[in-house]
Amino acid sequence: MKGKFVAGGAVIAAALAYMIYAGVTQSAVYFVTPSELRAAPVVGKAYRLGGLVQPGSLRWEPRSLDLSFALSDGKATVPVRHKGTPPDLFGESRGAVVEGSWTADGYFKASLILAKHSEEYKAPHDGGTTLGKDLIRTLKGDGRQ
Amino acid sequence: MIPELGSAAAIVALALALWGAVAAATGARTGRPALVLSAQHAALGVFVLVTACFALLTYAFLTFDFSVRYVAINTNLGTPFYYRITGVWGALEGSIILWTWMLALYTLIVILRHRESAHELYPWVLTVMLSVMAFFLLVITVAAPPFARLTPVPADGRGLNPLLEDTGMITHPVALYLGFTGVTVPFAFALAALITGRVGDAWITLTRRWSIIAWYFLSLGLLIGGWWSYHVLGWGGYWAWDPVENAAFMPWLTATAFLHSVMVQERRRMLKLWNLWLVILTFGLTLFGTFLTRSGVIASVHAFTQGSIGVFFLSFLALVLLTALALLAWRWDALSAQGELDSVVSRESAFLLNNVLLIAAAFTVFFGTVFPLLSEAVRGVKVSVGAPFFNQVNVPLFLALIFLMGVGPLIAWRRASPDNLRRSFLWPVAVGVAAAALFSALGIRSTLAVLALALTVFVAATIAVDFSRATRARLRMGERLLPAMGGLLRRHNRRYGGFVVHLGILIVTLGVTGSQAWSVQTETTLRRGEAAELAGYRVRFDGLTATEESNHFKVAGAFTVSNGRVLSVLRPTKKFYPQEQSPIAGVDYRLGFGEDVYLVLGDFARDGSEATVKLQVNRLVSWIWIGGAVLTLGALLAILPDRRKPA
Repeated sequence: MKGKFVAGGAVIAAALAYMIYAGVTQSAVYFVTPSELRAAPVVGKAYRLGGLVQPGSLRWEPRSLDLSFALSDGKATVPVRHKGTPPDLFGESRGAVVEGSWTADGYFKASLILAKHSEEYKAPHDGGTTLGKDLIRTLKGDGRQ
Repeated sequence: MIPELGSAAAIVALALALWGAVAAATGARTGRPALVLSAQHAALGVFVLVTACFALLTYAFLTFDFSVRYVAINTNLGTPFYYRITGVWGALEGSIILWTWMLALYTLIVILRHRESAHELYPWVLTVMLSVMAFFLLVITVAAPPFARLTPVPADGRGLNPLLEDTGMITHPVALYLGFTGVTVPFAFALAALITGRVGDAWITLTRRWSIIAWYFLSLGLLIGGWWSYHVLGWGGYWAWDPVENAAFMPWLTATAFLHSVMVQERRRMLKLWNLWLVILTFGLTLFGTFLTRSGVIASVHAFTQGSIGVFFLSFLALVLLTALALLAWRWDALSAQGELDSVVSRESAFLLNNVLLIAAAFTVFFGTVFPLLSEAVRGVKVSVGAPFFNQVNVPLFLALIFLMGVGPLIAWRRASPDNLRRSFLWPVAVGVAAAALFSALGIRSTLAVLALALTVFVAATIAVDFSRATRARLRMGERLLPAMGGLLRRHNRRYGGFVVHLGILIVTLGVTGSQAWSVQTETTLRRGEAAELAGYRVRFDGLTATEESNHFKVAGAFTVSNGRVLSVLRPTKKFYPQEQSPIAGVDYRLGFGEDVYLVLGDFARDGSEATVKLQVNRLVSWIWIGGAVLTLGALLAILPDRRKPA
């Protein structure tokens, strides 16, 4: 009796080990910096690329939903393209992590953008308020037309 | 003054908890009830003092006492009254206080319920619970002091993380922590059983309802977390295999295994060691989860504050595991099984397989979550595995578990006869196969979806077969239909409570399957008056409005949703908080039994002429929440006091 259970357990353990192995090899995502990616880019491999969005590089076309920017780590920059709205915390001179792959056409095709959120304590600043007031003004003005 | 009172209360509570732990242990060893009584008083004192801490911190929030660092970070003058209260546990320090308070509450209820029984285990249960409490009080006084001062005192605070300004945030942490702390009770009984050497069934019988309560709150916490993610985070999903979610999911898996394996011990006197180990593992995983999410070793989308707290939790976890292992080794001889497995085709082996699969799932989640750490340590490259890994490995495990959910409760103990198998499973299997054929014929192409739905039907059919069989037996005794069914539920509340919980899980499975298989989405930029179409819905952009709220500015889009006729106007928003670097998106949706229309406002033109919107039609998601409600009913039924007369 005991033998059957031991054999059953071994089969399950082997199946699980195989599933985990297959799962890891198929969905592994490599964390790289722009310089690391530039040094040895592999087309089609899944990367998670982290860096700073270079000032002046951000292009956003609302009609076609084309987003392009460059991620930099100070030593190297990587052009990134994405289809879709930039996330809330995304912007120039801010940290961002993108997931996707390197293409043969020489750019990084991002399927997912994760913006970095700062949790540090800081006093409330005026920027947000001005932006909000500005929005209220333009939108209300627009409403009266 | 108030903050100093709070800190002092925490220190005194720590001293009392330590005293109580030692007193209860000494009282038990030397047989002096007066010491156990003193420990009880100490536990009561701890409860009062922790309640005071909690109240004082709440008071500091309500009065905007920005000289307290924690208050200054998590609230500002614009934070509405309601969120100043929930903000108390909006971040690390306060949530540890909430956790400790719940632990103190559980300890108090344990005392009230079990002190009269004067069971041999009882003083040791007190010792363990007060020791765990002492650890949390140590964290409060040293690692994460909620009453620490901030100088200079700012004129205004930073404000609560806007994502936490939601009703889900009052219930989600409360439910989850009630689950986490609830696990402490069976854990304390398990250790007490090991210490006293009474490793028989007493600790399991005494903690049966405690385990169900803890398990239920863990489930509820996970479900509410999913709901919060779905309706606040605005990415259109409810589960992302994020480390924080995994941290709560692992103890749920092992607790589920525990609830099932104790039945084998009660019935067959087997798995003694396994059950002790499962409850220790579950408790360890609640600590590990806190370590994982609060230490910052794993990057998570949930941005929590980091600090020395990780070291505290890891050290305590090591201490707990070492103590438990030492106790297990010490009592090794008493832990051998009295019963034996007779056949592969039996309820014991169904439950055993259920346990193996649940532990395999927990291990998979653990492995995937810590994989970046492992790969960096072993190979020096940082590699993570994402949602595809977790889905790929877990989905087969979960499907097998659902199948067992149908088999386990009906198959006979010891050795299932061909007759038992035929009577219990002929119809359910036939119905399940028919359902699979029907779903395929209806054009469902995803094999996984067909399999999941057919298994769901199979399990539902086993429940129907069992219930109707038992009802008919009562009808033959001359009872009428409704009293017969009611009496069945009440007298066998544990069994049928379990069935209702299973139904709840099946309904959740239906929702998960539907949303994974059939949800569709699109993203587009619309001019005012222009419309997007998806899955038979037309969504027209009617314009933007901006308003000023107490602590933020809000831009809302108006979108008319129609499918031939106008259904509703959805208003997804973007909120601009002065203390945040970027706006926060607010989702709007139209929930339905079949599908939800779900809108997220992306970018927009400053003059309101254009807006980018993400439009999703999510199928069957509502059934996840409905399943949660059914699960609640089942858990309530299962914890009703047992009415069966002893045979």
